[in-house]
Amino acid sequence: MIVEQLRITGQEEIAPRIYRMTLEGDSVQTMTEPGQFVHVKVSDGIDPLLRRPISICDVSQDKQELTIIYRAEGRGTRLLAAKKTDDTLDVLGPLGQGFPLDSLQKGSTALLVGGGVGIPPLYYLAKKLVKRGVNVRTILGFRQSEDIFLQKEFRELGDIIVTTEDGSKGVHGFVTDAMNQAEKPYDSFFTCGPVPMLRAVKAAAASDGFISLEERMGCGVGACLACVCEASDATSQEGKKYRKICSDGPVFRAGEVVI
Amino acid sequence: MINMNRELPGLSMKNPVMPASGCFGFGQEYARFYDLNKLGAITVKAVTAEERAGNPVPRVAETESGMLNAIGLQNPGLEHVLQHELPWLEQYDIPVIVNVAGNTMEDYIYVSETVSRVKNVSALELNISCPNVKVGGIQFGSDPAIAAELTKKVKAVSQVPVYVKLSPNVTDIVEMAKAVEEAGADGLSMINTLLGMKIDINTGKPVIANRTGGLSGPAIKPVAVRMIYQVSQAVDIPIIGMGGIHTADDILEFLMAGASAVAIGTANFVNPFACPELISSLETRMAELGIDDVESIVGRSWKTCSSVSLSSR
Repeated sequence: MIVEQLRITGQEEIAPRIYRMTLEGDSVQTMTEPGQFVHVKVSDGIDPLLRRPISICDVSQDKQELTIIYRAEGRGTRLLAAKKTDDTLDVLGPLGQGFPLDSLQKGSTALLVGGGVGIPPLYYLAKKLVKRGVNVRTILGFRQSEDIFLQKEFRELGDIIVTTEDGSKGVHGFVTDAMNQAEKPYDSFFTCGPVPMLRAVKAAAASDGFISLEERMGCGVGACLACVCEASDATSQEGKKYRKICSDGPVFRAGEVVI
Repeated sequence: MINMNRELPGLSMKNPVMPASGCFGFGQEYARFYDLNKLGAITVKAVTAEERAGNPVPRVAETESGMLNAIGLQNPGLEHVLQHELPWLEQYDIPVIVNVAGNTMEDYIYVSETVSRVKNVSALELNISCPNVKVGGIQFGSDPAIAAELTKKVKAVSQVPVYVKLSPNVTDIVEMAKAVEEAGADGLSMINTLLGMKIDINTGKPVIANRTGGLSGPAIKPVAVRMIYQVSQAVDIPIIGMGGIHTADDILEFLMAGASAVAIGTANFVNPFACPELISSLETRMAELGIDDVESIVGRSWKTCSSVSLSSR
């Protein structure tokens, strides 16, 4: 694990308050696992103090470039949104355990279900799955049509359904409405988004799968115990009754943790 | 040549810097970043007799130049620590301080006695100041008579020196310090976190599930410096100072206030290399300022000129 000053190579607002930032540096070489995150220091000084965990959306090893997509919501992410090309950013990572790819063989089908800012880590996953010869089907949920992002990019990788809560585009409703309509079988699902969505996806799913969680974090490396969740099965992992989202996760097998 | 060595009861340290309890786990997470032998000592996470699940999430909230936490003493319990965590630390040649917590006086005595017999444990830190648990912790740290009684009982069973970690959430911290010194404490560590709260104005509710949390980080540094300044003049036992240290100059400030060594907490979360970087920048700053021995500046803020061994500059 490395802390490095990455150089910002670009930043744009791709939907209201949703920013895509690209960064370049040596540590990008180690970002090979989809579902991992980077822990970003948004200020040079002590305020805001803590790092922000942001999922890895894409990595180009040719260009040694990392892509992150985030929503400018609080003070920290607004500071991040104000950064310009050629500014540097203090990045710790990659951190955490990502989506396991080896559960899926060539020719099998994966269902990816993302909601809002939970969508970005699924993109790097989709690319890796397609490279493995896995068929990728994606359901992306948004509140309304203006909020839609990454639709074109996912479409290049496989079938995609977009849902909007207000019905302004795609399927009217939630991602689970699209899941229930889709009759085609799949071998595994991968999901990231708000916890109520994760619960609904897990309940609606016709296969095993993996969920990616988020929580307020401190250290990001497993030491401070700020971001824990309850384990469903306390007999595994040395009998521990909890999992650390930052270091045991953020990706867990659905059913491994209580959500 | 700058002398960074520190000799405190039970602790032979090659520099005055150690991670603070609760901010460093049992060392394994940070050992992936650097060699822990660089540290002056290590203070591990609070250990209780039984496993603790801790508080519900959210457990942390960021505040202005600081953070609130209410972890709730989550730890794997004494047995697990004896079998896994402490043996793992045997590979390092640094003093290990074990932070001890409990619900009852008997808990503290039992854990203290057991842990103090482990061969690589150099000292205990009695956690009588955790603000985030309903039973124990702060209850023992807010009444001087109870704190003294606990200290005396633990001292009677411990095979290693005992440091008492003081809470800033008291009316008179000097009174607390004197009470535990009188009861036989070998040293003090201070300060624990300041009790605080943050409210989410969108929900109107506290951000942290426990509602209140302990404030740490640079925001609390002036409070820590003031308390160490006061306590160090009132007691004859050494103080491990902590509370928002972020830079080498902060360390110098704590030493001058009267701390004999320092502990780094929240800064580890911001920068996993905080401790080794602070150790090396402390040496650089001491050279720049013409300070050749850490000992020479301990308590400089209140010691009279004649009692301070100023360097030749």
